[in-house]
Amino acid sequence: MTVTTALPSFDEAIATYEPVMGMEVHVELGTATKMFCGCSTEFGGEPNSQVCPVCLGLPGSLPVVNRTAVESAIRIGLALNCSIAEWCRFARKNYFYPDMPKNFQTSQYDEPIAFDGWLDVTADGETYRIEIERAHMEEDTGKSLHVGGATGRIHGASHSLLDYNRSGIPLIEIVTKPIYVPREVAPAVAKAYVTELRELIRALGVSEARMELGQLRCDANVSLRLPGDPLGTRTETKNVNSLRSVERAVTHEIRRQAAVLSSGGTIIQETRHWHEDTGETTAGRVKEEAEDYRYFPEPDLVPMAPSREWVDGLRGTLPEPPAARRARLQADWGFTDLEMRDVVNAGAVALVAATVDAGASAGGAKKWWLGEVARVANERGVALEDAGISAADVARVEELIAAGSLNDKLARQVVEGVLAGEGTPDEVVAARGLVLVNDDAALGAAVDDAIAAQPDVAEKIRGGNLGAVGALIGAIMKTTKGQADAKRARELILERLQS
Amino acid sequence: MNSLTRARASELAAAVRDGEVSAVEVTQAHLDRIAAVDGTAEAGVHAFLHLDADGALAAAAAVDEKRAAGEELGLLAGVPLALKDVIVTSDMPTTVGSKLLEGWQPPYDATITRRLREAGIVILGKTNLDEFAMGSSTENSAYGVTRNPWDLTRIPGGSGGGSAAALAAFEAPLAIGTDTGGSIRQPAAVTGTVGVKPTYGGVSRYGLVACASSLDQAGPCARTVLDAALLHTVIAGHDPLDSTSIDQPVPDVVAAARRGAEGDLSGLRVGVVKELGGEGYQAGVEARFNDAVALLSKLGAEVVEVSCPHFKYGLPAYYLILPSEVSSNLARFDAMRYGLRVGDDGSRSAEEVMSLTRGQGFGAEAKRRIMLGTYALSSGYYDAYYGQAQKVRTLIARDFEAAFAQVDVLVSPTTPTTAFPIGEKVDDPLAMYMNDLCTIPSNLAGNASASFPAGLADEDGLPVGLHVMAPVMADDRLYLVGAAVEAAYAAQWGGTLLEQAPALEGIAP
Ligand SMILES: [Zn+2]
Repeated sequence: MTVTTALPSFDEAIATYEPVMGMEVHVELGTATKMFCGCSTEFGGEPNSQVCPVCLGLPGSLPVVNRTAVESAIRIGLALNCSIAEWCRFARKNYFYPDMPKNFQTSQYDEPIAFDGWLDVTADGETYRIEIERAHMEEDTGKSLHVGGATGRIHGASHSLLDYNRSGIPLIEIVTKPIYVPREVAPAVAKAYVTELRELIRALGVSEARMELGQLRCDANVSLRLPGDPLGTRTETKNVNSLRSVERAVTHEIRRQAAVLSSGGTIIQETRHWHEDTGETTAGRVKEEAEDYRYFPEPDLVPMAPSREWVDGLRGTLPEPPAARRARLQADWGFTDLEMRDVVNAGAVALVAATVDAGASAGGAKKWWLGEVARVANERGVALEDAGISAADVARVEELIAAGSLNDKLARQVVEGVLAGEGTPDEVVAARGLVLVNDDAALGAAVDDAIAAQPDVAEKIRGGNLGAVGALIGAIMKTTKGQADAKRARELILERLQS
Repeated sequence: MNSLTRARASELAAAVRDGEVSAVEVTQAHLDRIAAVDGTAEAGVHAFLHLDADGALAAAAAVDEKRAAGEELGLLAGVPLALKDVIVTSDMPTTVGSKLLEGWQPPYDATITRRLREAGIVILGKTNLDEFAMGSSTENSAYGVTRNPWDLTRIPGGSGGGSAAALAAFEAPLAIGTDTGGSIRQPAAVTGTVGVKPTYGGVSRYGLVACASSLDQAGPCARTVLDAALLHTVIAGHDPLDSTSIDQPVPDVVAAARRGAEGDLSGLRVGVVKELGGEGYQAGVEARFNDAVALLSKLGAEVVEVSCPHFKYGLPAYYLILPSEVSSNLARFDAMRYGLRVGDDGSRSAEEVMSLTRGQGFGAEAKRRIMLGTYALSSGYYDAYYGQAQKVRTLIARDFEAAFAQVDVLVSPTTPTTAFPIGEKVDDPLAMYMNDLCTIPSNLAGNASASFPAGLADEDGLPVGLHVMAPVMADDRLYLVGAAVEAAYAAQWGGTLLEQAPALEGIAP
């Protein structure tokens, strides 16, 4: 049953209510092995092929902390300007679920490894400081696959399959303090925060942070209040797994809650599911009272006391902060603020930088990544980096253009070929025979044919009407199937008709 | 009875090394003895839940081959051992005394199991215990009781009643136990055997099915102090698979046992814990304990009385911490991946199957502790129960610290009473819990402790244990004291205490 209610517009909603947000982001670390055992973390293995007694929670097995994961957690904490705990512990979060083999999750509770930090983000040209409450370590659960139901959810399923390959993969959960920003930019700030965080995680090299693979998962908490009132009841929208969805989900939740409140209703504290297709959230589990996870310190692990020398050493490994890096790149590339924002919003900073490093012009790199590649990636619903073309490929196309062996039209065909999996730019050029005709002998013959075929046009040009040149070039392009170098053709026409 | 089954482990190993007897002959002698006395849950000692005669004989044959090939043999190579069924084995089922794990075949070996095999020790089988190692009588086993070889109508202690009874019945010269609140020491006391709980972290817990993770400690069980020390050396030492394992050299317990056997304790300061005695302690137990203290003086030790004022809070603190950890550790038994599954007929949800399985699979004591622990960890109660108990734990550790600033070891009776009749306390959990009054403080503080035979109580003729407590990583002091006492008593009794135990010939049906 679908109940359609007319929601107020975003502007109407925020005319009355002030939104307050809180973001919880889970990042799957890119360590080679799991959080507490030596199993591989590789994505896409046969179900239950990357498991051992520890990550299956078999009786008698014990966890051992992955030092690289702790190192990544500390580096994330430092990059988020957090304090790093001098002493902290893991805790057990107890609840029953079949995809959790021990029926408790080894996590951190009141003693996170990193706490009290901040991250500056820019939305609509303004910078906002997002306060970070904590970043803590935990292990991922396995995956349940519900079979036989219509929706893939457990409801209506005939049976379920369990895959524990993901069980025990290290996660870092980053939790913000309540985010208070001017109401009109709230959704944009939410998106900017996740974008910036993703950029930071990638710059740290601790995860590829690919949202479409679940390597970065976002839960958005939203509540509304009248100005001056205490915080309202919040909802938690789960699994908002693209940057665009973050902004849409927050916008939708603000509008939905405004509709409920302005009709005299109350917001229920609950988990909500985000639906990418409809752009709506639906009610999930109701949290009547705080779930009792019976946290207690994990007795199978000793407390961690990261030495200050270690922490300081890790501080020295931090990359240039993304904001500073962007400012530097923008200056190097000579982009306007608007151009740079387009690149950032497209998540293409690293790709453009790599393309420039491979020898392309910044403008050229931007044109391809935000143009043809973005169009194809969008059509296929994949990330830019998965569209099938590398930074080196794009740089090569630019090089061929600069050398005069491709024109824009041909270059587009080359990129299209690479994206279609036909090979490298040079292979596509060879296979499709996409060579610009610019040698005077071949081009000269086409020019002569065109002049002979259209004597009246030729006459106009002789009479000084240069606007008529285009008609001859069009004919030349037709006979050369678009492979003529238009600039040289023009020169040859003028040579013949004006000397 | 074959003399091979009465021999000490160290003697058997030497005989195998010297070629006087083969490891296969030694193993066969013990299998024969087991056939004669172990019986079933209905009659006999019933120390074993699972016997692996073929595996044991094969392991023994491998030792004989190694010897024939001229390879060097370990100090206990070829000696049979009884393994408590809480330690996982890749070639034998591991039930932990529970219906929930009936027939479960672990896919891996515990670190202890691996070290035993590498040392050439022959694992005969798996011994009975209270379900999930929770109990003081082995009556909580889902597979029936184990009987005390001194009196088959009495309990052998618990949870490691099977391992202790196997030693006392001469079914094996060595055994492995685990001790969460006294499960090695109390069975040792009531069966007249030696049981050592090493320092927490001294022996790897990897592959020990957890009862309460912060309290569980595996250790050696034997009929003599030197045998226990030799076994201690095999199983102890750092294990990278157990984060709580101590990365320090193992104390030289064998040297300490040899030195102790010389009978000179001069210079040793011994503290008698004032709070562990008096009301509730059986007269015969107190008498044997007082004899032992007098003996220590006679051997040259300086004996003083020491107060540990917080020990009296040990039992209540223990019964909050233990159930809390149990409630979490036992959550994994949910019928999803292994073990018992009840009600999976296609009509029920996973949650219903979990619930039915746990309802039917766990015994009463396990359920009692899961409920207690779930409650103690609940939000709103955590500080009052679990939090408060952890504070008591710190206070008890400080009592030990203060005491060990004055003395080298502490002593007390191991248990307030001798072995009680089977069935006597099954309906009175609080009376049952009192068995562990003296042993619990060392689990809470993590220090080393042991029980050594101290004679028979006058009123019932049953064994009494001398409990010795040493500081963290000073396990060697236990062996020093134990061996000195053992040597003095052997002179007095004309042998070990167990030589006075019934022969049990022909009791198995
Ligand atoms: Zn694993």
